Amino acid sequence: MTSSTYRSPVNDDPTLDISLVVNGRPVEASVSPRLLLSDFLRHHLGLTGTHVGCEHGVCGACTVHIDGRAARSCLTLAVQLDGATVRTVEDLEGPDGSLSPVQAAFRDCHGLQCGFCTPGFLMSVTALLDEDPDVADASDAEIRERIAGNLCRCTGYQGIVAATRQAAETLRDAKEQADGTTQG
Amino acid sequence: MKPSRFEYVLPRSIEEAVAARVEHADTVVLSGGQSLVPTLNFRLSNPEAVIDLRLVPGLDDVRVEGEWIHVGGRTRQRDLELDDAVHAANPLIRETLHHVAHPVIRNRGTVGGSIAHADPSAELPCLLLCLDGEVVAHGPSGARTIDAQDLFEFILSTTLEPDEILTEVRFPVLPERTGWCFTEFARRHGDFALAGVAATLTLADDGTIAWGQLAACGVTTTPVRLVAVEDALLDDAADPSRFREIAALAADVVTVPDDESCSSAYRRDLLVGLVERALRTSWQRATERATARTSREVTS
Ligand SMILES: Cc1cc2nc3c(=O)[nH]c(=O)nc-3n(C[C@H](O)[C@H](O)[C@H](O)COP(=O)(O)OP(=O)(O)OC[C@H]3O[C@@H](n4cnc5c(N)ncnc54)[C@H](O)[C@@H]3O)c2cc1C
Ligand code: FES
Ligand code: FES
Repeated sequence: MTSSTYRSPVNDDPTLDISLVVNGRPVEASVSPRLLLSDFLRHHLGLTGTHVGCEHGVCGACTVHIDGRAARSCLTLAVQLDGATVRTVEDLEGPDGSLSPVQAAFRDCHGLQCGFCTPGFLMSVTALLDEDPDVADASDAEIRERIAGNLCRCTGYQGIVAATRQAAETLRDAKEQADGTTQG
Repeated sequence: MKPSRFEYVLPRSIEEAVAARVEHADTVVLSGGQSLVPTLNFRLSNPEAVIDLRLVPGLDDVRVEGEWIHVGGRTRQRDLELDDAVHAANPLIRETLHHVAHPVIRNRGTVGGSIAHADPSAELPCLLLCLDGEVVAHGPSGARTIDAQDLFEFILSTTLEPDEILTEVRFPVLPERTGWCFTEFARRHGDFALAGVAATLTLADDGTIAWGQLAACGVTTTPVRLVAVEDALLDDAADPSRFREIAALAADVVTVPDDESCSSAYRRDLLVGLVERALRTSWQRATERATARTSREVTS
């Protein structure tokens, strides 16, 4: 259990107690109501994988999962998350440190250059493929549309589209294999 | 950029929420936060109190009952989009929601929040107006119902009182023999549209056009009904061969001046093109629905 009181150096706001689950661990904290989830993750919990670009919902760099769904951490107050479950990019790797299928695909397909947008893309694409395994069959144009909520200033998106497709194929193959094993 | 200091209020009932609205001079309601939190982050809005609706019970119920679809104000846009019963009752709703922002935003953004926010480019207010929907608002003296026609006043401004809370949004079930279409043009998918059109078109028993309902967003200070187009559709001679000339009657509602994304003239042309497309798609779907119904009647 992690427990601490976060106060930014410049404010003496009254605080509220919250308890939530972050990456499988229970967390209790006392936070100012105006603290954003993005800052709570980065400054309070030291989970700096979640990046902050625009702070108004446009770039997607801060995307995390809240109660199983992708969401912008810059558009959520930490106090709203009392009782919620949050997953960040730090939780994608396997217990042995191996890359998740989506992470591995981004590396294989050059889905990143500077890497600033990458955590947000990884979280959005992971949620997308959880919801819709058929992305493997989608056209490039469709994939571009499905990931249009995240911006990248470096890659020109080709690598990201390819990575999304490769990850979708890997996940589908894994699922087919698992289904085959349970049936046979 | 961070929000300025505010009092955070977490009511457990709609009465408590309204009481908090009355008690504080300057309040905002936190529903999905997808429009509110950006304005807080940039200190475009510095309210005294933020009233978070998340623990108010009943605000995310969705049910189809008779001629109406009742949608709790705090229902997530994504949940309404994925609701199959709602889709069966009125397919225009899902088609419209696909144009609202990105899935990640719709995961948090709510139906009531979008309508209360009343962005003139937003799709849901336009949908509500097109369908002759209504909303329920709770205030200090109880609940009242407001017709969509009487709701939208100006850019980001509605006839909801500052001490009221929007609790429910009601969309009519799509009538029989009716086709539908939502179409818009945005520079990137998920951006606010330069212009958008919601339409329904209802056929008479003989397959001719009985009436149409159309509304547009992004073209003036509020969503707007395309009355001139609707009037022309009532004419006995209205048929698909005249859709282009009927669509042209929409152009005059545009009041948005030339801006950084396009000229006013371009927006007028765009609107006319979208109206024509919406009419054609609605016509085609209405015909398909009417034929499917007739063949069901014949076989049974
Ligand atoms: C990147 C991005 C792109 C977007 N693109 C689009 C788009 O293309 N089309 C579109 O329509 N929207 C778009 N949006 C806005 C999004 O749909 C919002 O979810 C919606 O406008 C507001 O809903 P909300 O639940 O998030 O409301 P909030 O942000 O919580 O509230 C918005 C406003 O409404 C008031 N309010 C909220 N609920 C109530 C209530 N129950 N009673 C009274 N007042 C209330 C609040 O006081 C506040 O002023 C976009 C947002 C982002 C961040
Ligand atoms: S930092 Fe949250 S979307 Fe850009
Ligand atoms: S890799 Fe640099 S912003 Fe996307």
